[in-house]
Amino acid sequence: MVINSLLSVFISHCIDSNYYSNSLRLVIFRSEMVFTLSDQHHLLSKIATNDGHGENSPYFDGWKAYDSDPFHATKNSNGVIQMGLAENQLCFNFVQEWIKRNPKASICTVDGVTQFKDIAIFQDYHGLPEFRNAVANFMGRVRGGRVTFDPDRIVMSGGATGAHESITFCLADPGEAFLVPTPYYPGFDRDLRWRTGVQLLPVVCESSNNFKITEAALEAAYEKAQEAKIKVKGLLITNPSNPLGTILDRETLRSIVNFINQKNIHLVCDEIYAATVFTQPKFISISEIIEEDIECNRNLIHIVYSLSKDMGFPGFRVGIIYSYNNAVVNCCRKMSSFGLVSTQTQHLIASMLSDQEFVESFIAESAKRLAMRHRIFTRGLSQVDISCLKSNAGLFVWMDLRRLLKDSTVKAEMALWRMIIKDVKLNVSPGSSFHCSEPGWFRVCFANMDDDTMEVALRRIQTFVLKGKEADLEVKRQRWRNDILRLSLKPLRYDEMTMTPRSMMSPHSPIPHSPLVRART
Amino acid sequence: MAIEIEEPSAGLSRVAVSETHGEDSPYFAGWKAYDEDPYDESKNPSGVIQMGLAENQVSFDLLEEYLEQHSEAANWGNGISGFRENALFQDYHGLKSFRKAMASFMEQIRGGRAKFDPDRVVLTAGATAANELLTFILADPGDALLVPTPYYPGFDRDLRWRTGVKIVPVHCNSSNNFQITPQALEAAYNRAEAMNIKVRGLLITNPSNPLGAAIDRPVLEEILNFITQKNIHLVSDEIYSGSVFSSSEFVSIAEILEAQNYKNSERVHIVYSLSKDLGLPGFRVGTIYSYNDKVVTTARRMSSFSLVSSQTQHLLASMLSDTKFTENYIKTNRERLRKRYESIIEGLRNAGIECLKGNAGLFCWMNLSPLLENPTREGELTLWNSILHEVKLNISPGSSCHCSEPGWFRVCFANMNQQTLEVALKRIHDFMEQTKIKKNLL
Repeated sequence: MVINSLLSVFISHCIDSNYYSNSLRLVIFRSEMVFTLSDQHHLLSKIATNDGHGENSPYFDGWKAYDSDPFHATKNSNGVIQMGLAENQLCFNFVQEWIKRNPKASICTVDGVTQFKDIAIFQDYHGLPEFRNAVANFMGRVRGGRVTFDPDRIVMSGGATGAHESITFCLADPGEAFLVPTPYYPGFDRDLRWRTGVQLLPVVCESSNNFKITEAALEAAYEKAQEAKIKVKGLLITNPSNPLGTILDRETLRSIVNFINQKNIHLVCDEIYAATVFTQPKFISISEIIEEDIECNRNLIHIVYSLSKDMGFPGFRVGIIYSYNNAVVNCCRKMSSFGLVSTQTQHLIASMLSDQEFVESFIAESAKRLAMRHRIFTRGLSQVDISCLKSNAGLFVWMDLRRLLKDSTVKAEMALWRMIIKDVKLNVSPGSSFHCSEPGWFRVCFANMDDDTMEVALRRIQTFVLKGKEADLEVKRQRWRNDILRLSLKPLRYDEMTMTPRSMMSPHSPIPHSPLVRART
Repeated sequence: MAIEIEEPSAGLSRVAVSETHGEDSPYFAGWKAYDEDPYDESKNPSGVIQMGLAENQVSFDLLEEYLEQHSEAANWGNGISGFRENALFQDYHGLKSFRKAMASFMEQIRGGRAKFDPDRVVLTAGATAANELLTFILADPGDALLVPTPYYPGFDRDLRWRTGVKIVPVHCNSSNNFQITPQALEAAYNRAEAMNIKVRGLLITNPSNPLGAAIDRPVLEEILNFITQKNIHLVSDEIYSGSVFSSSEFVSIAEILEAQNYKNSERVHIVYSLSKDLGLPGFRVGTIYSYNDKVVTTARRMSSFSLVSSQTQHLLASMLSDTKFTENYIKTNRERLRKRYESIIEGLRNAGIECLKGNAGLFCWMNLSPLLENPTREGELTLWNSILHEVKLNISPGSSCHCSEPGWFRVCFANMNQQTLEVALKRIHDFMEQTKIKKNLL
């Protein structure tokens, strides 16, 4: 009663005012607040209540569609095929063979249990020396032995996700910025910005020159930041690129090093896909460039790595920061307390990656299988005149569907994307989710499924593209089937048991699950 | 060859150059002394004995026995082909079987007096990550958390370093066995207000580190009233809950909430870990259990930066869902810790040293204030240094735990075998004898 009369008094005073309606709204809002019982929202921090987690994006429709109708070869052959998840599933049988032959690598088997206590108790943030040695060794072998890595510079983190956040905390203050070439992995928006308060500014790359990172683009991005009075602390590149699947050539890498050196800003190189380079030209790591005849302050150079893509172990959370800057090594090592690798896993990885024979054959076999998969997929696409950016790395292709767009807008891209999910029943990733400046590109993952599923996916794409042109389609299908027989002698097929639809809640899956909803596993 | 440029490096962040990581403190001299001269029964019997590390090594044989008898825990389910599923599993919800096992384990530790919902269990890489994560969620940079003293030194880094949040101490003292009082809470809150600092929550450790004692029920109820009245959060770090010597002596905040039908529980969050109770600090298994849906969702999203290895989740899911094993483990572990505690208390008493009456944890809170030349922090550090270099024991001085009264020391007893403990006790005994003689001569 009292509030109502106060309200009416206030309103009468505001009637003549220009901002009457606003004030009224404000007063009503305030009076409502007084009677709100428990306003949970304002009890939490700004970080907790903002959108920095990235999951409120429109792209979750794809994940939702897959989650509610996941493809299964026999149980749900009309389901949505997941092609939005960059996983490497091609070499598991290879790894499993090694595990069977090396029971000591697991501290939980009868053979390994004698080491259990020492491993379980070890929480030194330097990490097990044998783990660091093995990872340094692996990183060197992946680069063909052209460079060696110092185990004492190997710092652990909670996956590459944790690595990116830690290194950002170390290099930049809130409000400062990192430049990132587009298109880039959407997870960076969360990993580099959410809890750190750091900004990401795009370096725009275009299809006209195959999305090359040019000096002009770098300078333009830097200038723009200067004008906006934003301090740029570093440049983040992903090489091989996600989502492009391409590698940076020597000229580009050198010009990048010159750029950051001249501006005196840091260079963070995410080389998480280093071992997924499956054909020429050979991968060139930043670690090789700085050994060349080039002016470079090594204190600016940092590498992020992980075993999630090259080995297919995202669950094991093996993230690595490798810096040429001692202060950064020390700082990130202290920060690694927040995301150390389980010593049980360190022990397994140490055993596996110090087995030189295994390492060499794994790297070779993985490249071979990726090459085959890539060839089959791109050939199948080209048969219906779908082209992809020419690539030689990664677990995906960068598919060009520009000619299928109604017009060259993000809106049209999203419409096409929704159609692909709904009618073609494939979850692919639209270029706009990667901040691509040109609509019509889609990232399509091909290494997270077996051969049969790949076949189904291709057929669906072909059907979709050739809608109504049945005769053409049959000819193309026959040609394509012949190719398959010629190229793949031993189809990669997973056990029935392991093909059950599982809850594919990637940490990057934007589906907001209530804590009360049960996960499927 | 790269041509090196003699240029200053582009600066690092303020976080990177700050000292909030806490590693430049004088207490690291103790660790250094141990590292350079570690005790070994046969190879170095006069070396420094490490009594500054709160580790639980008394029950490893139980874990090893389990592993030897249950090889399926080692296999990745479904025989070797389960490896693939496990290696790929990066869902931040965590393995359902593991969450269920954790929830059930936490219930068993509390003697079934509280229920835990597996869907509220958020997994993080250790309690270190859990405490930092909760701080990011509950407070903005510049805000504060109240923490009763003395407290675990790691909080200075975990709660403050990258978050920019402050700690305002709630002073407790020996006059009432360092219990947390409403007056102390109010005083701390007012102090923060006077400095224009916004208090967002209170963090208690129950059982307490370094006190080695569980918090009484009436005190917990008063704490709940306080945080409700001030409308701030309560984080209860119950990492030592399985180390209470007698199950009936531990009251978890979860029990109190359940008894009041979860009224006003959305401000309460529990942190737990397997590092102390199971003695597995290397495996990085921490958990946040929150009664607040939004906190659970946000914490889960944030856990992406520090997930638990799926390999470890799988192993522990098997182990912890074997309720026969866990019941026996919990019981035996408590018993062994109690025996260890009793032997150290007796040994210290024989040497003329009194400790705070404790009933939990991997350490005791020893009172050496009678030995101080000066009842100051400096006096305590002087005494600490002699104990380190003359008695060759690395123990933790109370000032490292922000204790307001000088002269108290935390002494760990579960990270060594019984023989080593006896050696340590003998050294203390001899030291006290010499000190008495010195005093008598003065």
